[in-house]
Amino acid sequence: MKIHNLNQLNRRAVGCLLGISVFGLAVCGPAYAAETIKIGSVLSITGPASFLGDPEDRTLKLYVDKINAAGGVAGKKIELVVYDDGGDANKARTFATRLIEDDKVVAMVGGSTTGTTMAMIPAFEEAKVPFISLAGAIEVVDPVRKYVFKTPHTDKMACEKIFENLKQRSFTKVAMISGTDGFGASMRAQCLKVAGDYGIQIVAEETYGPRDTDMTAQLTKIKGTAGVQAVVNPGFGQGPAIVTRNYAQLGMSGTPLYQSHGVASKSFIELAGPAADGVRLPAAALLVGDKLPDSDPQKKVVVEYKQAYEASAKQPVSTFGGHAYDGLFILVDAIKGANSADSGKVRDEIEKTKGFVGTGGIVTMSPTDHLGLDLSAFRMLEIKGGDWTLIQPGS
Amino acid sequence: MTTLLNNRYAILAALAVVIAVLPFTFPSNYYLRVASLVWVSAFAAIGLNVLMGKAGQVSLGHAAFFGIGAYSAAIGPAHLGLPSWASLAIGACISGLLAYFVGRPILRLKGHYLAIATLGFGVLIALVITTESRWTGGPDGMPVAKLTVFGWRIGTAYAWYWLSAAFLLVGAWIALNLDDTPTGRAFLALHDSEVAARVVGIDVAALKLRAFVIAAVYASIAGSLLAMMNGFVNPDLAGFQHSVELVTMVVLGGLGSIVGSIVGAAVLVVLPQALTVFQEYENLMLGFIIIVSMVFMRDGIVPMISKLIARAR
Repeated sequence: MKIHNLNQLNRRAVGCLLGISVFGLAVCGPAYAAETIKIGSVLSITGPASFLGDPEDRTLKLYVDKINAAGGVAGKKIELVVYDDGGDANKARTFATRLIEDDKVVAMVGGSTTGTTMAMIPAFEEAKVPFISLAGAIEVVDPVRKYVFKTPHTDKMACEKIFENLKQRSFTKVAMISGTDGFGASMRAQCLKVAGDYGIQIVAEETYGPRDTDMTAQLTKIKGTAGVQAVVNPGFGQGPAIVTRNYAQLGMSGTPLYQSHGVASKSFIELAGPAADGVRLPAAALLVGDKLPDSDPQKKVVVEYKQAYEASAKQPVSTFGGHAYDGLFILVDAIKGANSADSGKVRDEIEKTKGFVGTGGIVTMSPTDHLGLDLSAFRMLEIKGGDWTLIQPGS
Repeated sequence: MTTLLNNRYAILAALAVVIAVLPFTFPSNYYLRVASLVWVSAFAAIGLNVLMGKAGQVSLGHAAFFGIGAYSAAIGPAHLGLPSWASLAIGACISGLLAYFVGRPILRLKGHYLAIATLGFGVLIALVITTESRWTGGPDGMPVAKLTVFGWRIGTAYAWYWLSAAFLLVGAWIALNLDDTPTGRAFLALHDSEVAARVVGIDVAALKLRAFVIAAVYASIAGSLLAMMNGFVNPDLAGFQHSVELVTMVVLGGLGSIVGSIVGAAVLVVLPQALTVFQEYENLMLGFIIIVSMVFMRDGIVPMISKLIARAR
């Protein structure tokens, strides 16, 4: 009797397995006839990069619904297809093929991390489908690839913005402590590359692993280096928050600490606590939308996005969702401009984007620039009393 | 059916038929890509199965060899100007040699200690790949040149389907043939009882090493294939999670069963794709299905099915 029961269960388990795989595949089978415009997205909604993918996912869904409620684009509704890669580049690569071959999307807005984006690029380049990436590193658009665009500011720009500010304060001797994750390593390399242009000398350099929980040792070494006038911390995730805490614990707050745009979310201030006071970082206008002067061209866009996002997602706005907003509307404008859902024509229109006002800045693309932002897209912020404040230019 | 699962020519013939027929049932190239992924993962799993199922040793760092193969295919053409296929061969040689030299001390360990040592080795290789960014592009990875054979560029989904399937057939054929060789029989003896094997005069240390090297070469070739198919590599391929995935494929499909490795790979590659319709419950479902199948099919899918069929007669 017992064995008999077990057997039945076994059969059921096998049946369940087969059923789900067959049923699942059947459901995601070929697309229906296109009276809609299909836009694809592969995001890291779960996993270690979910703090990027989650707001991006919410933003895309929120605004696609809004656009459709207002009648769609060029008379057609948008159909959004989102896949979650969990931060895994190989999975992302498979979903890229799925979007192209199976869902037959017109274009794609997605790729939360540089790792997943780089893995998906070959698929989109080969299929000649435009791909607006939401990843940070400059290597996404440098060298320029015909079908690949991106909306977030690059790490190189962040370095330049920080060094520009250091130069204005006439600091020249700088220490750097960077994460060894993708973001940190890439930004570190860019900072080293552009430091000379601003007359900045890197006098000490330390690194930490993405899962390290204490950076006191590295910071003590920096503290012991003579002549350090400021410290720059390229990194994202929890690392920079720990650096900031340790920095205050070691009594180093007399030396200015610069974080990167990678920590531009409220959770950084929460994690770092009072230690975050006085930390400076380059960030998009979105974080300080309500503090912008009314004359600022970005004010209207960022305030509206912030309100819409916070009302729907019930969580504070982050720049990452803003990147998805920019990507979606650059694409929508391009589809309107091309008045067609042909991937090639849409690509040409994306490249012609001019004066687009987004949450990240004012975008003007060209055949040699698939990002279209300049340094003015970044605002230098300082954390004061647990909130972002805009610093006066030149201070 | 049971005889079919035990006869190696029947297995190979059945596999060849499945490979030949599958593409005609696919509505789009995306399915070709998923199938190619299954063949490549199965190739690595078969190698690992020689180590785990036949020789009875654990490796929790096997993705390291997969990563070495993948990065050989990336670095060879990019930095050294070597053709892709030569890089694949060189990667396999490096993996084999590394397995030989690392395996000698590591394989003296048993059980948990062996598991920990292989785990450490895997983490080490992943760390080297992540930090040596001058060669490997660091944590974000690097692009891989397309494979060209006699001036013919292998790029289409169809080409990769047939190429990966051909590799799988050859890999499965070699692994199946192993059973009838003195080495294969010695593996079985080792698997059943290490002490008994030693008593009857089998050089246990050399034998384990051989299994480890075979498994490393399989993983390395699979890694090179995946790298060239994707056109991109990143350190995830050598990471711990990928090691666990490979072990899961072997165990889920059935230890010691070559068909099991292919089925295990198919389940682990296809399920996440099929489960995306469940959105946020995807990982929950995946975990649940794996737990359920391990609880009710303790020997793995394929051995359990053949047992059920034998019992039904």
